[in-house]
Amino acid sequence: MAYPAQTTRIRRELLVKTATAIRAGDLPGRVDRFPLEMRPRRETALRCCVHRERAVLRYRAMALLGFSVQDEEDELKPLADYAREALVRGSRDPRLLTVIEEACGGCVRTAYFVSNACRGCADQSCVAACPKQAIAVRGGQSAIDPDRCVNCGKCKDACAFNAILRIPIPCEEACPVQAIVRGPSGRRELRHDLCIACGKCMQACPFGAVAEQSEVVEVLGALAAGKPMTALFAPALAAQFQAPLERLVGALRRLGFTGVVEVAAGADLAALAERLELEEAPFLTSSCCPAYTGLVEARVPTLAPRVSATPTPLAYAAGLAHERFPGVPRVFISPCVAKRREALAGAVEHVLTFEELGAALVAWGIEVDACDPGPADVQATDRGRAFAMAGGVAAAVGAQAEVLCGLGAETLRRLRLYASGKGPARFLEVMACEGGCIAGPCTLADPKVARRRVPA
Amino acid sequence: MEPVTVTICMGTACVVMDGSRLVLLEEHLPERLRGLVRIRGERCLDLCTRRSAALAPFVLVDGEPLANATFESIVLRIEERLAGRA
Repeated sequence: MAYPAQTTRIRRELLVKTATAIRAGDLPGRVDRFPLEMRPRRETALRCCVHRERAVLRYRAMALLGFSVQDEEDELKPLADYAREALVRGSRDPRLLTVIEEACGGCVRTAYFVSNACRGCADQSCVAACPKQAIAVRGGQSAIDPDRCVNCGKCKDACAFNAILRIPIPCEEACPVQAIVRGPSGRRELRHDLCIACGKCMQACPFGAVAEQSEVVEVLGALAAGKPMTALFAPALAAQFQAPLERLVGALRRLGFTGVVEVAAGADLAALAERLELEEAPFLTSSCCPAYTGLVEARVPTLAPRVSATPTPLAYAAGLAHERFPGVPRVFISPCVAKRREALAGAVEHVLTFEELGAALVAWGIEVDACDPGPADVQATDRGRAFAMAGGVAAAVGAQAEVLCGLGAETLRRLRLYASGKGPARFLEVMACEGGCIAGPCTLADPKVARRRVPA
Repeated sequence: MEPVTVTICMGTACVVMDGSRLVLLEEHLPERLRGLVRIRGERCLDLCTRRSAALAPFVLVDGEPLANATFESIVLRIEERLAGRA
């Protein structure tokens, strides 16, 4: 996974502590101690000091409780108050991600930097190359004026000494829609109006500064209280644990889910529908990855009419769950952030990510491979289960297909080709994540390990 | 020489604490250790409940538990074991 190892562990440790407290019915009583417990005074710090780390953990917890860090009005408001508010709020915040300003490294203002390898040469080729007069020689070395620099990189190319470095800003580079930008404070800000919830910024930030606004309080709270709930699990979940699918179903039941539905069963239906749709259309592109369809709308709108009208596997599965267990709240177990958006749009009532589910299993003391095996209430075929990995959709639709992964420049080039009607395939499957849903930003297992467990 | 045995826990808590990739240890062994290590994946070793899930992932190196295991810390422990035998 692309996550830096340390920030992943910190996030998951906090998740496990939160889930444990929710299970014990004492989240407000415990949550303010989490930062102190996780960073005791003598611990060596990853950042400048334990105090900064505690502050970051506090905001991470705030996001976990479902709040936007940007909404904080009183720095002294205890997490316990947020936890209590979370328990009674009626609907979730429509924003999915929040930037923890305390964690953001406030990466460089311009992507180009003159290192001290600069010889202050007589040629001043960098100065000549700059179209914005943003670079000048001062005191024997070149310097870039960040107010003028437009990040074109011409100075770097012009330097005979390779003295000018390009310093990437990981979140900005990863974002395919320019939704994460530098705010007035120098820290990054999210443009929610542009964000497609692909989660790439969250995966890319080495400071772990982008956090999800979760609904663990609602979902795990309801499970702890013994309220009926139906779990709809994404196909990629089965690849996360070293255990047979039937035991995973058993684990979900032990956690308290009264119904268990394989979203892969929805994928079976979606594949059939998409196959029929393709008989009538000269060309189609897949509709199941909401980050991809969001990218099409934002960046290649001319391709939008070619996006399959077939509902997503989740939409089908939500219908199946409703037929089987009418009126019971449905919880989608998701590998990614983008599906939260689909859920918010009304597909299901709640979302729990793989990470959050994993934390709940640990908190409840459930070992997946030791659970009583049993079938899901709505079962799928291996064809639907293969949607977990890139190529699964194309294989199930059964047309002459091209499969693309990622939302970067290479994918955009291909998409524009297809939008112009010159694409070579009849069906184009696109997955936002490299390798498909098993590599989603909220998964647990390393995709290299997980892929071995997906039915071919 | 008898190889060092590395037992990798594949239980739920170890996966949750980002330990799933440890089963790929073979690919991460430095050349000098190839052939000197026997790697086994195991069901939950129950170290998470006896100690703390926050210390996961766990592995056993010649039966000795190693908490917060990473490729680097496992390799270090293997080398210590081999040095102790020489």
